[in-house]
Amino acid sequence: MAEGIEILEDRRGQVWTKGAGGPKLACERKSTAGSVTQRACAFCGSRVVLYPIADALHIVHGPIGCAVYNWDIRGALSSGAQLHRNSFSTDLTEKEVVFGGEKKLKAALMELIAYYKPKAAFVYSTCIVGLIGDDVGAVCKEVSLASGIDVIPVDSPGFKGTKKSGYEAACEAAYRLVGTGDTAGIGPYSVNLMGEFNIAGEAWMIRNYFERIGIQVVATITGDGRVEDLRRCHGAKLNLVQCSGSMTHLARLLDERHGIPMQRVSFFGFEDTARALYEAAEFFKDPELMCRAQELVREEIGRHLPRIKELRRKLKGKRAALYVGGAFKAFSLVLALRSLGVQTVLAGTQTGSGEDYAQLQELCDPGTIIVDDSNPLELAKFVIEKDVDLFIGGVKERPLAYKLGVAFCDHNHERKIPLAGFEGMVHFAEEVARSVLSPMWKFAPRRSLGVLA
Amino acid sequence: MSAGVDVLTAEGARAEGELPQAATRNACKLCSPLGAAMVFKGVQGCLPFLHGSQGCATYIRRYMISHFREPVDIASSSFSEEDAIFGGARNFAEGVANVIRQYEPRVIGVATTCLSETIGENMLGMIQAYQDSHNGNGPPLVHVSTPAYTGTHTDGYFAAIKEVLRAFVRSSGHRYPRRVNLLPAMMSCADLRHLRELCASYGLNATLLPDYSETLEGGSWEAYHRISPGGTSIEEIEEMGAAAATIELGHTPACARESAGGWLEGKLGVQRLSLGWPLGLRASDKFFAVLAKVSRRRMPENLARLRAQLVDAYVDAHKYVSSKRAVLFGEPDLVVALAGFLSECGVRPVVCATGAKVKDWGKLLAGEIEGGMEDVEALSGADHAQVAQRARELSPDLLLGSSKGYALARELGVPLVRIGFPIHDRFGGQRQLAVGYQGTLELFDRVVNALLEARQDHSETGYSYL
Repeated sequence: MAEGIEILEDRRGQVWTKGAGGPKLACERKSTAGSVTQRACAFCGSRVVLYPIADALHIVHGPIGCAVYNWDIRGALSSGAQLHRNSFSTDLTEKEVVFGGEKKLKAALMELIAYYKPKAAFVYSTCIVGLIGDDVGAVCKEVSLASGIDVIPVDSPGFKGTKKSGYEAACEAAYRLVGTGDTAGIGPYSVNLMGEFNIAGEAWMIRNYFERIGIQVVATITGDGRVEDLRRCHGAKLNLVQCSGSMTHLARLLDERHGIPMQRVSFFGFEDTARALYEAAEFFKDPELMCRAQELVREEIGRHLPRIKELRRKLKGKRAALYVGGAFKAFSLVLALRSLGVQTVLAGTQTGSGEDYAQLQELCDPGTIIVDDSNPLELAKFVIEKDVDLFIGGVKERPLAYKLGVAFCDHNHERKIPLAGFEGMVHFAEEVARSVLSPMWKFAPRRSLGVLA
Repeated sequence: MSAGVDVLTAEGARAEGELPQAATRNACKLCSPLGAAMVFKGVQGCLPFLHGSQGCATYIRRYMISHFREPVDIASSSFSEEDAIFGGARNFAEGVANVIRQYEPRVIGVATTCLSETIGENMLGMIQAYQDSHNGNGPPLVHVSTPAYTGTHTDGYFAAIKEVLRAFVRSSGHRYPRRVNLLPAMMSCADLRHLRELCASYGLNATLLPDYSETLEGGSWEAYHRISPGGTSIEEIEEMGAAAATIELGHTPACARESAGGWLEGKLGVQRLSLGWPLGLRASDKFFAVLAKVSRRRMPENLARLRAQLVDAYVDAHKYVSSKRAVLFGEPDLVVALAGFLSECGVRPVVCATGAKVKDWGKLLAGEIEGGMEDVEALSGADHAQVAQRARELSPDLLLGSSKGYALARELGVPLVRIGFPIHDRFGGQRQLAVGYQGTLELFDRVVNALLEARQDHSETGYSYL
């Protein structure tokens, strides 16, 4: 039973309640051993960030597990090439672990490149490769010379850290392509959409907004990504960084080395989507852009607001918990839920930074629990204590919500429904309503008995 | 239908030239720690613990949760770079201590990942240190070695069964004549429940190891459980040495020299009876014959009736399935079972593929397949790209296997009968029955109906009377 679940001593600094005083929330720590973190490893971080680059070859150098669990799971769509949907692995065996896997990696790369004709290749190192001492960089160089395409090592052994260290390795790898392409045809009003992974076509929706305003989108990184887009993305005049955790490093490199400024944005909810468009329009200091942005926002909100209002009437007063990967998504969700009349009583992230949490704390209502790198038992405890009606998270959080008779909305990358932009906000509200308002909850024992543990 | 992504170039053209051989393309196997975690989930009060990087635990959790739709908490020692260099003993001790604090487990099932296996962690020493620090009073730790580079999830599964047995079985000196041990292959929750009932119908009390039928298919809860209720208790496992016999299900443990059942037989003289997965009429007959022998009872009437109904169903539908050609893929035990079942009702298993490297795979299949092996391709160590390549050439009428076959089914325009693990795109994988006459009947109906539906969907008139 969950009553009396204690927060592990090592983790107590990572839980904070608004209004209860207490020291600053601890974060950016490695996960406590045995805590059952919801985080994945560095390899996973790299793999998810580069995954949507659809015309590149992605090969996992390691034993099979690392490759197989992420085969064609995510909802990142491509408008053309589908090569990324394959799972390629060197599938190391005992022999290679003992004698080295370089030979197999080289053979695998040569064959795959000849067969699939990718525009570039990414080679992901796993824990094992970090240990057996394969010189992945040398193999990549050799194959690059022989095949004529960029073969890029991604330094992502799982033990290197959490997902966040993997994000950085991915950014470093992606950066190897930046600046190698022709920037002809890139206008003065141009942006890159970074940290947008085109889940269920979200990048296409957002790109469409910018085009309507008159702002050119040079590259979406990495959603519906192409090698060529990365090569020329340094031609854009502004970087809009959405999933800040994953892409800040690349944005910084673009800023430092190519002088492209960055803005943190979010496209979840009316408020944040509108703000993102306005800020981009403002950046270019052309009143016409702003005019068109305002017109677009008016038009979109006008179209979708009635439905939101209708759902708001039904959802008003509900209490939500959210546990997501990055903090920026959490900010947007708090606002989006508020606009639906839903109060956030628990907000947590896997990889938020001190700065992120300060902002999240500011944003939330008094009494809200803020938690960093939580685990299933803690989350269950908070859900019960806060009498939550709705949980927003990923697949790993879903069963704990359901077991407790709590509604759930998947806001992770495995989902297949677009939740970004104005239209996405309606999908989000519908998703939430479909779960929260289901008549079925009365049969769940925790609901029917009115148990408030 | 557009071509599969495994044969399209980055430009979207049909790939040409020699098929890549060195890399695994879309693996048809999972890693061994997943199999071990399944077994640990089937022990009462047990929390699985992976000694290695945390990503392994997270990946496996997500994969299992998406299939079973149940909480699957798996702890890890969250290796960092330092631990990879200097060893993870400190993390292990800390991790175990934290698991005990949070979960109050009765047992901790430790599986060592590629990482800890490769750096050569001294697990015996670490477990001894744990026991010393608890004066032998802490929850017991069971360790199974599961480096993914030596096998697949099936190997991890059977290895974990054996280690759990070795850790707890006691010699008691007596024998319960009406008690049997049942060591299932990686089956569904419904299969496990049904096997227990079948034993009961012969008056036998079965101890299943593992038994995740409730932990991975539970009810809606009144309050949160740290560890899902259900599973075989340590006390039950302790007594497995006093059973009348061990029935080991699955074709691969049957071939293994030192299987869990074999070990128990050698150690405590519990008779080991090895059988394939009891799917299909003949395989089920064999299973019931074993139950009859152990229990010294005849087949109960209801089972005899069910058998007759199964034969009748085979008769009624035989023309719809006869000579149809199926491509099968998945765990070795499941594939052999499916091949036996399909071939006996007239479907030809033209491709029998498994991702595991199984010694004498062809022979193993030949032992179960009725009608010869001439038209059967036995692929072991196969990946999905290879399965797809053979299927494109052979144009089968249906596929049987996990949801990972969906893209191929869609490409070929043929039905996929989902069975095995994982089933991520349909509900109820954990409730699908595929053992005994009842399970065979249910799977047979699904196969027949899949073929009928395909025929109906592709017909111009769309008859509602077939």
